[in-house]
Amino acid sequence: MDLFAQQLVNGLSLGALYALIAVGYTVVYGIVQLINFAHGEVFMVGAFGAYTTWILMGSPSHLSPGFAFGVVMPAMLLGGVVAAVGTALLMERFAYRPLRGAPRLAPLISAIGLSIALQEAVRLFYGRIPGFPDSRRAIPFPVIDGFTGRSWQVAGVTIQYSTAFTLIALLVCTTLLWWFVNRTRMGRAMQATSQDPDTSRLMGINVDRAIATAFAVGAALAAVAGMAHGLRYNNIDFQMGFMAGMKAFTAAVLGGIGNVNGAVVGGLVLGVVEAMATTYIPGQFGSSAWKDVWAFALLILVLVFRPQGLLGAKAVDRA
Amino acid sequence: MLEVKDLVVAYGRVQAVKGISFSVEEGQIVSLLGTNGAGKTTTLRTISGLIKPVSGEVWLDGERLDGTPAHAIVTRGIAHSPEGRKLFPRMSVEDNLLLGAFTRRDHAGIKQDLDRVYALFPVLGERRQQPSGLFSGGEQQMLAMGRAMMSRPRLLMLDEPSMGLSPIMTQTIMRTIAELRASGTTVLLVEQNAQAALTLSDKGYVLEVGRIMFTDTGEALLRDDRVRRTYLGLDL
Repeated sequence: MDLFAQQLVNGLSLGALYALIAVGYTVVYGIVQLINFAHGEVFMVGAFGAYTTWILMGSPSHLSPGFAFGVVMPAMLLGGVVAAVGTALLMERFAYRPLRGAPRLAPLISAIGLSIALQEAVRLFYGRIPGFPDSRRAIPFPVIDGFTGRSWQVAGVTIQYSTAFTLIALLVCTTLLWWFVNRTRMGRAMQATSQDPDTSRLMGINVDRAIATAFAVGAALAAVAGMAHGLRYNNIDFQMGFMAGMKAFTAAVLGGIGNVNGAVVGGLVLGVVEAMATTYIPGQFGSSAWKDVWAFALLILVLVFRPQGLLGAKAVDRA
Repeated sequence: MLEVKDLVVAYGRVQAVKGISFSVEEGQIVSLLGTNGAGKTTTLRTISGLIKPVSGEVWLDGERLDGTPAHAIVTRGIAHSPEGRKLFPRMSVEDNLLLGAFTRRDHAGIKQDLDRVYALFPVLGERRQQPSGLFSGGEQQMLAMGRAMMSRPRLLMLDEPSMGLSPIMTQTIMRTIAELRASGTTVLLVEQNAQAALTLSDKGYVLEVGRIMFTDTGEALLRDDRVRRTYLGLDL
């Protein structure tokens, strides 16, 4: 029972990480029907942005808890968000917007190209900046005193601080997102644009800006995930966006692409399935090497038996 | 108030509008008539900025309009209720109306205009929280018109407001258009129902395959043999 509870906590925290990234896929898909396959790299850039901020602060270490939680971590988070949002906005403006009227395949190829370009840019150039570490291999994420490696014991279950950080981040981000989409002018503009872009323009909505905002919102959440990833795994690298992006995309499809609640549920389900598979599937199939197999097997099952996803609307207009 | 000069609009290499000029004076109802493919809808979509013209000019009260993005044209005082109504189906009546007022920030004025729309179309007021996707054609048309009114336009462009409506509902819509004009809104109307449109109109332009064939007052066009034969379906 303890093992089950422990794996549930592990799965939920992993799932929260997926969910934070998955929201970006789903928000962008909801508004422009585009799978932004470079979104995993936005997450990676977010993690590097957080790390870069720490370096620019003079690599502070041996921190008092007040300084660590009150200054260093918020600054890193903000740096990550700025880097990721900036990247996403440039991507939208120069790689996707010019292709908006083009056939579906064109932006998809553009996305794959961007994904490779961003990985290579970080791999080749980041480490060349004086004072920055070699980016061709994994970079250790900063140790935050009073946070890194710390945990609580609750009824025989270990809860890492990083686990709590990820779950709280998901809760805060989705609440803010809900408020933004339903209670602000720009949120209403995004909803209208996702239903009918041309008519939205007739309402006086700047559709280009609404679409860019969707990219920015998704990137901000991905950056939070990037920070959470660094705190959880203690290192970051230029390739980290690939598998995380694939998993988050799986989560978005699992929940029903275009549906924000679906992305959250899909992420959490996927995380729990992965954690449970490595515990309860016997023999070598339960080894951690197989966890990706089970995750993608789940994706295939959903695509076959419930293509609209767990929470997706019934696809009545499917050809 | 609205002045269109030598407007040419093309989809790819196909010209849908082949150099038309017309004008709408303040306080008038002006109709564009013609069969399918005459270029009426294309003309409205160009005026509201959804399509960029190949050449020609659009002027509103002495200001050049073509080249301005669609969302900015709304703030210049033009509202466009598109063909097929194009409501936001997953949104409620009230949210649809509020989107019509998207460019405005005067909350008191918006509230006042909401009440005005509900007074004009009581059925909308009764169903204000329901999603618009569930409505009948007539109710959807009322909502589409109400939504266009919510930006407080000086020029209201209506594309086929009577499409798919019963004769009684068509009458209601036409009466509302007359009321809007009486309250100071200028109307540019595109209609298949030439009889209903011309009865209201100060002026009508008859389009055929992208060109204006002739123009006259609404009354004169109603008596015109060419119009009667082609658009009113009367045997002479």
